[in-house]
Amino acid sequence: MSWLQNPATETQITHRARLWLYATSVLVMVFLVIPTLLVIPMSFSASQYLEFPPREWSLRWYASYFSSTSWMDATATSLKAGLLTALLSTPLATMAAYGLHVSRLRHANLLLMLLLTPMVVPVILIGIGVFYAYVKLKLVNSMLGLVLAHSMLAIPVVMLVVSSALKTFDMDQELVARSLGASRLKAFWLVTLPQIKFSVVTGAVLAFLTSFDEIIVSLFVSGGPNSTLTRNMFNALRDQVDPTIAAISTLIVLVTTILLVITQYVGRSK
Amino acid sequence: MTDLPNAFALQRNALWERLGLASLIMPALLLIIITMLVPVCWLFYLSVLSDAGNFSLEHYQRMWEQPSYGRTFVNTFKVSLLTTGICILLGYPLAYFLSELPQRVANLCMVAVLLPLWTSLLVRTYAWLVLLQRKGLINNWGIELGMWDEPLALVHNLTGTLIGMVHVMLPFLVLPLYSAMRAIDRNYLRAAANLGAGPLRSFWLVFFPLALPGLSAGVLIVFILCLGFYVTPAVLGGGKVIMVSSRIANDIEIFFNWGAASALGVVLLLLTALLIFGAMRLTRVGSVLSDRAAS
Amino acid sequence: MARNSSLPITISQVTKTYGKVFALDHVDLHIKSSEFLTLLGPSGSGKTTLLTVLAGFTRPDGGSLKFGDTEMITVPPHKREVGMVFQNYALFPHMTVAANVAFPLKLRGVVGAESARRVERALEMVRLGGYGARGVDQLSGGQRQRVALARAMVFEPRIMLMDEPLSALDKQLREHMQIELRQLHEQLGMTTVYVTHDQREALTMSDRIAVIQGGRIMQLDTPRAIYERPANRFVAEFIGESTFVPVNVSSGHLLLAGQPLQTAEPLPADGQRLLMLRPERLRVLADGEDPGPGFNLLAATLAATVYQGDSSLLQVALPDGTRLHVRSASIGAATPTEPGRALRLALAVQDTVLLPPDGAAT
Repeated sequence: MSWLQNPATETQITHRARLWLYATSVLVMVFLVIPTLLVIPMSFSASQYLEFPPREWSLRWYASYFSSTSWMDATATSLKAGLLTALLSTPLATMAAYGLHVSRLRHANLLLMLLLTPMVVPVILIGIGVFYAYVKLKLVNSMLGLVLAHSMLAIPVVMLVVSSALKTFDMDQELVARSLGASRLKAFWLVTLPQIKFSVVTGAVLAFLTSFDEIIVSLFVSGGPNSTLTRNMFNALRDQVDPTIAAISTLIVLVTTILLVITQYVGRSK
Repeated sequence: MTDLPNAFALQRNALWERLGLASLIMPALLLIIITMLVPVCWLFYLSVLSDAGNFSLEHYQRMWEQPSYGRTFVNTFKVSLLTTGICILLGYPLAYFLSELPQRVANLCMVAVLLPLWTSLLVRTYAWLVLLQRKGLINNWGIELGMWDEPLALVHNLTGTLIGMVHVMLPFLVLPLYSAMRAIDRNYLRAAANLGAGPLRSFWLVFFPLALPGLSAGVLIVFILCLGFYVTPAVLGGGKVIMVSSRIANDIEIFFNWGAASALGVVLLLLTALLIFGAMRLTRVGSVLSDRAAS
Repeated sequence: MARNSSLPITISQVTKTYGKVFALDHVDLHIKSSEFLTLLGPSGSGKTTLLTVLAGFTRPDGGSLKFGDTEMITVPPHKREVGMVFQNYALFPHMTVAANVAFPLKLRGVVGAESARRVERALEMVRLGGYGARGVDQLSGGQRQRVALARAMVFEPRIMLMDEPLSALDKQLREHMQIELRQLHEQLGMTTVYVTHDQREALTMSDRIAVIQGGRIMQLDTPRAIYERPANRFVAEFIGESTFVPVNVSSGHLLLAGQPLQTAEPLPADGQRLLMLRPERLRVLADGEDPGPGFNLLAATLAATVYQGDSSLLQVALPDGTRLHVRSASIGAATPTEPGRALRLALAVQDTVLLPPDGAAT
């Protein structure tokens, strides 16, 4: 424990004097991580009542999830909506990010802020607003309406990722490509896109997650046969604590982690 | 300049080019305008429509007159302020600790901060429900270990709401704060020590002001998010913690009162906008003030 | 590689404004076929803007640009068939060296064995034969520059544009590359427009130099003419060292500190002029030495001597107080060093050059 006496900072405070800092930080990190992780072992508990550690292990809650039509339908809806959202918002946001980056429009900043507003406006407002509009347009409980709304929420996310990639990209390469005979489109496709590929893929994954995890708009706008997983889970949480949710939660955490690890891995291999 | 040769052809080409670039930006812009701006404007319109269908400010008037609305706003501010405060208390030491670690270790620890951010909100909320219920894990342990006899009411009240919200908001405070702290050149602290400042003074006079932009950014983000937050207070508050967002949702789902809901929404939006502009002004004013003080 | 056919370039009234500022001001310039022309000027002079107009990346407000007889000013960059080399090389990091060089060929439908052959030939021309399989990150700065060059040459363009391609290299490599680039130009013969702010580079490499300032061409001439007969003070100051002494021309005589001077060119009209004196053109005469006809003699007093290795810089004063610099090579008779010593300076009549006074362009 002699390292406790060693100075830790430029101002000569020892490690011992800063023990409170280390303890607090570790505790806060535990606070951040543990609750989510706790859900995982809970999902394997045989008992209907909450207990930790589980006395008996069982897969009954997973069975209950996979055998329930309503849960499966909801999951399919969420997956489909997520995929379609990623497919729609990624090209749209990438084009917009590229267009803003390349143009010397005077109002480029204004347009950028406009494209980022879905992140700033309180989601509850967006939720009821979209709901109202969809009632009028008869788009409530439709996949189309859901995907449009989710894409609107995902576009700022993808734009931020792609924009930051473009900022560190040397645009001279596009100029050279054009001087060598490539049209603007060919130059983007052959030179720029392969190099920002990683960011575009990350953007697409984040767009998927944005849609998959989205709660509030889905609450209002999805329903009936097109009810999302999040909507069903939310309602279930308010009613009673069904341990099936623990199983679903574990699966969600797994899928999210795998997706994020994949994007990190793809990036590292560049 | 149009007397120059080829001037007209060149201008026409320039126009085509600009149109081409605009067409890249248009689709995303249109989607956002149609799915967000139009509905939100519609809400503004609804908020000034009476139940009978003519122009009226009765919804706003009701908000002003009925004390329950005032209580809702006070409650919302209370919860938001408390959440922000607790986040600062817990997040500042953590951010500072992380900023002192060698880069690789810090990156690893950042995973702990980022993981909750990317885990579904519902999963996190559910996790707290499991922990905080009367028959939840914490109560079970507490009673088993003999720390208390009666199960503590940790959820479906303000306590549970705060715990859940702090858990959600903490990463949003730590991230900008950490990056601001990381960017501080430790030579400043060495210089301060050299000039005779003790650890407390050098922290307060040198480190804290330099980290302030990061803190302000984090506080602003957290506070604004808290104001409009719905899911966690709705689930962990158990109907007892009524925030503006819950009120709006109830007005729609239970009472079908679009006028009231949209009026509330408009006020929420205006509050958010005010806070953002205020913060932008303050930071500019702040930097000007500090320049004046220095000269 | 056989000598490419090359094209002359005719620039006429090309103008580019940003708001009220003229980046290019009604520029007229004719570049001969196979010529190596350098655009020389300080930053902001408009030289890079002119180059990007030639490439098609900057759209001017108006003007005419002809490659040979074809009007090109509204033609997009990818159809102009010019080779371009950038200051930062701009190689494609996600491709190998060979793929980089093959890129323009691929765009023109040349693939397979034919492409590989031409790529290797281009690499050999820049002395990087066999480097095709390497990745871009495995190359040094000089090697990258050469790959960029090979890539720009491989499709045999008839015009080559270069934007300060050597400024990122260190001094030795830069001087070596200057010679190599010049040799490549001799070999291939395409019309080359070269932009630089380094006057030495311009003097070394060019057939002609266009000195640019404020979006206008100050002087278009061979390196020798620009150095020895600059058109105005700006050009004289930008290239080489000089001191400028105000003098008066009256009734057909040129007087400096009371002494009449002879010039090789006929004297201009009466009025104020600037006499340009290059330090290395003033020679300190030994006691009793007579330089013969064709030289102007100036009497001066030595103020100080600064030893600079290959030469010394003498700070002298004329009888009327005018201060001059004289550069004396460290060879032959020893350079005088005692302050106050009287000197006799010889200035060749050809080197007695008059410039328009400050503020006038010609």
